Amino acid sequence: MTLAFPPQTSQPQSLPPGLQPQGWLRYLSFSLDHKVIGLQYMVAGFFFYLVGGALAGVIRVELLSPISDFVPRETYNEMLTLHGTVMIFLWIVPVVNGAFGNYLIPFYVGARDMAFPRLNAVAFWMIPPAGFLLIASYFIAGAAQSGWTAYPPLSLTTPAAGQVVWILSVLLLGGSSIFGGINFIATILKLRRPGLKMMQLPMYCWAMLGTSFLVVLATPVLAGTLVLLSFDIIAHTGFFNPALGGNAVVYQHLFWFYSHPAVYIMVLPAFGLVSEILPVHARKPLFGYTTMVYSILGIVFLGLIVWAHHMFTSGTPPWMRLFFTIATAFIAVPTGIKFFNWLATLWGGKIALNSAMLFSCAFIVHFVFGGITGVALAQVPFDIHVHDTYFVVGHFHYIVYGGTVFVVFGSIYHWFPKFTGRMLNEHLGRLHFALTFIGFNLCFAPQHWLGLNGMPRRVAEYDPQFTMLNQVSSVGALLMAISTLPFLINVAWSAWAGPVAGDNPWRALTPEWLTSSPPPVENWIGPAPLVTHPYGYGVAEDQIDLKSATGQQLWSRGR
Amino acid sequence: MRSVPIPSAILTLVVGMILVVAGFWVGQNINLLPAAASSNAPLYDELFAVLFTIGTILFLGILGLLIFSLVRFRRRDGDSGDGVAVEGNLQLEIFWTAIPAIVVLFVGIYSYDIYDRMGGMIPLADPHSMHGSMDSPVAQVSVRSSQNLQSSEGEAGTPRLWGGIGAASGGSSGILPVDVTALQFAFLFHYPEGDFISGELHVKSGQTVELRMEARDVIHAFWVPEFRLKQDVIPGQPTVLTFTPTLPGRYPIICAELCGPYHGGMRSTVVVHEPEAFDRWLDSNLPATVASAAGAPTG
Repeated sequence: MTLAFPPQTSQPQSLPPGLQPQGWLRYLSFSLDHKVIGLQYMVAGFFFYLVGGALAGVIRVELLSPISDFVPRETYNEMLTLHGTVMIFLWIVPVVNGAFGNYLIPFYVGARDMAFPRLNAVAFWMIPPAGFLLIASYFIAGAAQSGWTAYPPLSLTTPAAGQVVWILSVLLLGGSSIFGGINFIATILKLRRPGLKMMQLPMYCWAMLGTSFLVVLATPVLAGTLVLLSFDIIAHTGFFNPALGGNAVVYQHLFWFYSHPAVYIMVLPAFGLVSEILPVHARKPLFGYTTMVYSILGIVFLGLIVWAHHMFTSGTPPWMRLFFTIATAFIAVPTGIKFFNWLATLWGGKIALNSAMLFSCAFIVHFVFGGITGVALAQVPFDIHVHDTYFVVGHFHYIVYGGTVFVVFGSIYHWFPKFTGRMLNEHLGRLHFALTFIGFNLCFAPQHWLGLNGMPRRVAEYDPQFTMLNQVSSVGALLMAISTLPFLINVAWSAWAGPVAGDNPWRALTPEWLTSSPPPVENWIGPAPLVTHPYGYGVAEDQIDLKSATGQQLWSRGR
Repeated sequence: MRSVPIPSAILTLVVGMILVVAGFWVGQNINLLPAAASSNAPLYDELFAVLFTIGTILFLGILGLLIFSLVRFRRRDGDSGDGVAVEGNLQLEIFWTAIPAIVVLFVGIYSYDIYDRMGGMIPLADPHSMHGSMDSPVAQVSVRSSQNLQSSEGEAGTPRLWGGIGAASGGSSGILPVDVTALQFAFLFHYPEGDFISGELHVKSGQTVELRMEARDVIHAFWVPEFRLKQDVIPGQPTVLTFTPTLPGRYPIICAELCGPYHGGMRSTVVVHEPEAFDRWLDSNLPATVASAAGAPTG
């Protein structure tokens, strides 16, 4: 999508000629430019999104009928395992962290690149081999069949080759994620332009700082767990194998110690991106900057101590069930602050109803819905009925697709002019939004009812009474698949022939817009700007004839 | 007299009241759940109605606020101005920190109460304390015998049991113990009282059942949607699930934990009998009868 502009515009004369390729070839090279790496993440991630979507298509076609008739049962389990792994580790995590993080964070801290450019490039180039390894395992030896959770003893009894490749691939992707996290922490903490204080950073920096701490704290636990699991498979050790004296439940604790924070690794950056998009298109400051920062830190802390809510039926003692219920439910508090602050940001603004805004607002709707079902799921007695059912599938997709993926699309509409210097087509964008919104809700809303009424997850065959709603769900999935077409056409066409955007088409104040579009290699010609009020939009209060107005009155203004 | 616009505080109050009424109506009148066939299913449905009510109020409120903002504050053609430069309002932010905190606290305390009434807080390590003094001698014996069958769990006293929910509440007719073995891809139900194995779970309406479950190969999960109960069946760690069926009928038993290719087909049936019918079924399956049938699983 970024191959359209001539490379000379981003090529300062002072740079010594090296062996690095120039022009579009940069995007296939070991480039050290954070913007190139960011777009590499984005395009690679989108490729894997299409792969993961195709896998979801296989699942939805199989579920059109209550009997297992489309693919063999083993293949169905391979599909659902690959779908989960690809979407999480190769699409959402790399795109919301790697793509937008690499592109935006150096701008936001006023730096010319990330703290460790080479590590950054290494982190990206671990992803394509890991991804192709994972996908190739299906064609060569058969892919893993034990779900993206890979619970032993099932993962010890399914064909070993696919499972080992799966472990190898996830280890590579986890390593890439850790490298990225270290890089973001170092960049945000140590590479800020002199004079720029932490509490002046755009919100996405705080979101990425919190996310990166989660990545660095939690991912090594997953890596260690998977290494032990691979020993169990290859060397027949018994860490998690009850037949050899191991304990299958300990694996679940270790796995979820990473994989619950992983939800926040996928969602916190999306919170940050939304916090960047809303003020620009509503022409208002971000409401409650300080509470937003503290709520991110609160989510990071609580996110680390809630993992066992995935294990309420796994033989967990009552006190543990209670502790994790309370901790989980309380994540609603900092999360609620963020949502109310976004609503307050919109209130009284001058809201442009463009694609970026529509996707962001749909994110709010979906995430609130997923958050409400999430608080319900946190309650042990509620969860015991719906755990491992389609209710959880619906809840999870409302969070990661309705939440994060909608934000990814909104962010692409928002930052595409910066990436390429050209605007995306607004009509195609709204068509994309409408199709995605309808398709998504049609696909996942009925799944809540299915779960409540007795359809477990990860099944290729089900009770015939659920046929109708499964077909509705599959129609929704088809709409979602179709919705990517206007998006792809839009991106491809606009990158070549879209109207020229100018440097700052949204009249935004954050630092990435205070340079040319696309930006030069070291981001700014001349010194980096010092942006102390990234959300300084809005008419001053005394200008709108409210002499004695308090914030409360301003809030309720607009009758 | 000049007409005065209705103050916004009153409008807000009215909208809030409509929301609350709508939430309660939805919570009370829309039933999304299957039949309630065990003694803790009504408790679950009570919790569900409360969560559904609160969730509906919050969701509709936020959705309404968002849609109102998008319509009311949309940018008009030719307007390139900015909105109001409000950067925050600490009182307001404290207020909406308090709302979710109070809601979550209320939901947490309420669901703890439900959990306790379902029997979730009874310590699991000691199966004897689980039934308290309500146990009849018959039940004590039957619990013992089921332990003996699982003697591999350690001879020194009680085996460590994990998980489970559900109190032994229907104590009048004693507890029916059943040993459940889950394996790829079936459930086997062993009745220690008659020492026979069934492919279906047969229970008596009103009599508490104690399932002692263990898996042979991989993790499975025992789920009966009409009982609102689920418990993983784990190899190497026996788990226990206690419940009291209340509504005679046939309900599906579903494996809810991915256990291999035929996971979707790993289903069975629980038959809740009227008391006399259950006794007839039990009699017809006593060992002598089973022996003549060459040990075939009866259903």
